Parts: sequence; C-alpha cells; structure tokens
Amino acid sequence: MRSRWSYVYFLFYLLLGFVLLFLNNDVSKAVITLMNIIIVLVPLIGTIFGVMYFYNSKEFTELLLAQPIKRSSIFLGQYLGVAGSLTMSLVLGLGIPFVLYGLFKSDAIFDFSLLLVTGAFLTMIFTALSFNIALSNENKIKGFGYAVLLWLFLALIYDGLFLMSLIIFKEYPLDSFSLAATMFNPIDLSRTLILLKLDISALLGYTGAVFKQFFGTNQGLIISILMLILWTILPIWCLIYKSKRKDF
Amino acid sequence: MIQVESLHKKFDKNQVLTGLDLNIEEGGVFAILGPNGSGKTTLLKVILGMVVPNSGIISVGGESIKNKWKYRQEIEYLPQIANFPGNLRVKELITMIKDLRQKSSAEERLISLFGLKPFLNKKLSTLSGGTKQKVNLVLTFMFDSPLIILDEPTTGLDPVAHIRLKELIQEEKQKGKTILVTSHIMQFVEEVADEIVYLLEGKIYFKGTAEDLMKKTDQTNFEHAIATIATTKHA
Repeated sequence: MRSRWSYVYFLFYLLLGFVLLFLNNDVSKAVITLMNIIIVLVPLIGTIFGVMYFYNSKEFTELLLAQPIKRSSIFLGQYLGVAGSLTMSLVLGLGIPFVLYGLFKSDAIFDFSLLLVTGAFLTMIFTALSFNIALSNENKIKGFGYAVLLWLFLALIYDGLFLMSLIIFKEYPLDSFSLAATMFNPIDLSRTLILLKLDISALLGYTGAVFKQFFGTNQGLIISILMLILWTILPIWCLIYKSKRKDF
Repeated sequence: MIQVESLHKKFDKNQVLTGLDLNIEEGGVFAILGPNGSGKTTLLKVILGMVVPNSGIISVGGESIKNKWKYRQEIEYLPQIANFPGNLRVKELITMIKDLRQKSSAEERLISLFGLKPFLNKKLSTLSGGTKQKVNLVLTFMFDSPLIILDEPTTGLDPVAHIRLKELIQEEKQKGKTILVTSHIMQFVEEVADEIVYLLEGKIYFKGTAEDLMKKTDQTNFEHAIATIATTKHA
C-alpha cells in the first residue's frame, strides 16, 4: 500500500519536472515554478499520507505492540518509513529530470538543492505533525479533518492573518515582527528562504530588503535551517512522548 | 511469576480497575473470569504493557515492567480480536513474527494441527473469522515461552480445533508453563483451568480452585456457581 502510492508520487514529480523544463526551457525559471508547487503540495501530501498510513496500519501496530519491541522504535520506524519514502520520491522525481537537463552545468544548482532540502524538511515536518494528530484521535474522520485543517491553516490562513496584521499595524515598525511570524510557520519560512535565494527580493519592497538582510546572509540561512530542524524534531519528540502514554 | 499490586486504571471517566492485587504463581492454567466489561482484557493488556496503568506495580518474573520491553520476549499473547494487516499473506505474517522474535519456532506442527496448509498463500483479509483465529493460535503457540496469555482463545473455533486447542494447552501445562486464559465458555474453563480468578467491579472477587468456588456458592454446577456470583453481587 505504502510503496504503491510512493511510486505514483515519484512518477508525478518525474513528470512535473520534465514538463516544467520543457515549457520553460530554463532551469532557474523552472525552479521558481517548482517552488510554488512544492510549497503547497509537499505539506499536503505529507499530511494526507501520514494520516492515511497511520490509520491503515493500526492493526499492524497493535500486533507489534505485543511483541518484544520498544514502543518508540515501532512509531519511529513507521514515521521514518513514510517520511523517508516520500522524501525519496520528491528528491529522485525532481532530481532526475533536472540532472538530465544539465543541472550541473547551470548556475541554479544551489537554488535547486535548497529547494530539494526545504522540500525534504517540509515532508518530514508535516508527516510528523500528521502522525501526532492521528495518534491523538481514535476517530479516523476527525483525524483526517484536523490534519487537512492544519495544512489549510499553515498554507493559506496563516498568510491571510499575517497580511491583515501587517495592514492593521502598518503605523508601527514591523520588521522583527514579520521575521518572527515567518519563523513560526514552516511553509512561510521555506517560501521566504527560497524566494530570497532566487534574488527576486526586490519585488518585496522595503520589508524585502530587511528580509534580504536577514535571510540572504549565511547567518540567516543557518538560523532558518535550524528553525526547520527544530520544526522537525519537536513533533517527532512529541510523537514519542505521546506514544509512550497511549493505551492500545 | 506475575505480581500485581493495587492496580488502578481509568479510561476517561470509566473506572475499570480499582486497586487490584493479584499473584500468579509459576506453572499451571489460570482462568480469569468476570462479566463483560469487568476489566479482564485490560488486566492482560496491562501485564503486556499495552495499556499504561494510572497507578500500581506490576512485575513479571520478579522484575517491574515499567518502561521495559524485553520481558515480552518471554510472553506469548493471543489477542481477543484477531486484527491482522489484511494485505499480508499468512506465510508472510508468520515469517515476519519469526524475524521479530529471533527464536526457534515450531510452526510446521501447528499449521498441520489446525489444518492451515491450504491457507498459507492466502491474504489475511480473505480469511474467515475462525481461520483467522487459528492463524492467531499458531502465532501464539509457535514459540517456546514460559508465559502464555490467551484472551478468548475459543472464539470462532470449530469443534475439532477446539479439542486440539485444549490438548495444546494441556501439553504446554505439562512443560511447566504458566498460562493465563479468559473465556466465557464455562465448560472449557472447567476442563482446562487449575485455578479461577474472578474479577468483579475492578477487583479480584475470588481466587481459588473450581471446587472452592462451588463450595463457597453452595452450587454443584460450575456454570451456576459463576452465575451466582454475578447475580448476587449485582442484585
């Protein structure tokens, strides 16, 4: 079940990569288009697959729980299985067409690898979050609902609230606030990170300059990556903590 | 073999076990009885570490089981409802469990004992309830562990398999193993069990042999003796 769907996912990215390169005829332009897709799609797929897999393998989990295996290894193993295969599909599916197209000769190689790294992080983060949701909800429908709501919130609603707050408080200096607000949403964080690396921050005006000053530097890059790592580790830790206290 | 001290367990607002104390000696068949919802399965799952108790100390083989998992190597568990991953074949499931346990196993004999040969290459989702229960039994009995926990082993079994199961339990008992079993079929309990543990309202209401129980309740029939406890206590 798991492997079949990850092949489909892999083929989808493979196709997407080829089509984008064919239509754009330029690696850097294709990277920008890809970013827009990855930022929205990767979290969605991670969330849905995570929840689906968790509920589907419920019987299997119960069988394993009576065996001499540590609880944390059962859940970590399942998590790494899902997150790992999704990440592999993403990296290989997008990597192959770009490498074939001549990525190594192009100057977009750094941007492209950053795109893949953030994509991998988003997969890990959202799979971990969805596992947490599935673990705390016995009811499948509820679990699915919460997971989709979480994705919707982080991918769309958060941005809306963010923009509204910027408009309402426009009298005040908002650079550090918006920086912090970006940090608290992994999707926004990845988006900003890639956009600024792509050197199109001029489009963002004054705030863009502040952002550029922060994210554009190596220090900003490191802090952002650290934030992404934190975003990954926290839900995984929470997953282990919760699984130790759950009754089956 | 198993010591349980003042075990409490609550599911949301439903208090299932209230200060249960139990001592299971090594060797013999112990039947855990009680009305529906009296906490039999919960007690077994607590011993297995699948359910985390609110309070209480549980030790298996002289060691506390809190946050441990290696002790499960010494326990075989037959779950009440055989929920297997449906996309696996019977053979694959057996191999998988064997890989996990890394122990010598005697599945060949059990497969022929329950007549499961023709089902080995079938997917688990296509099996009938009784056949699933037989697979469940094979998985439970194929290893040689000193403690066996059976939760409703007779569900869905045909008479032949039922007799084989009783023989199997006797055989394991002869080897000096400790066997915990729950069942609602009193005839089965009377035949296999050395000692009865009766759970009522989250506590042990009675522990002893079937004769003691009949004496205590002034009944000559085992089934009626059990029924007497349930009705007099609730009346």
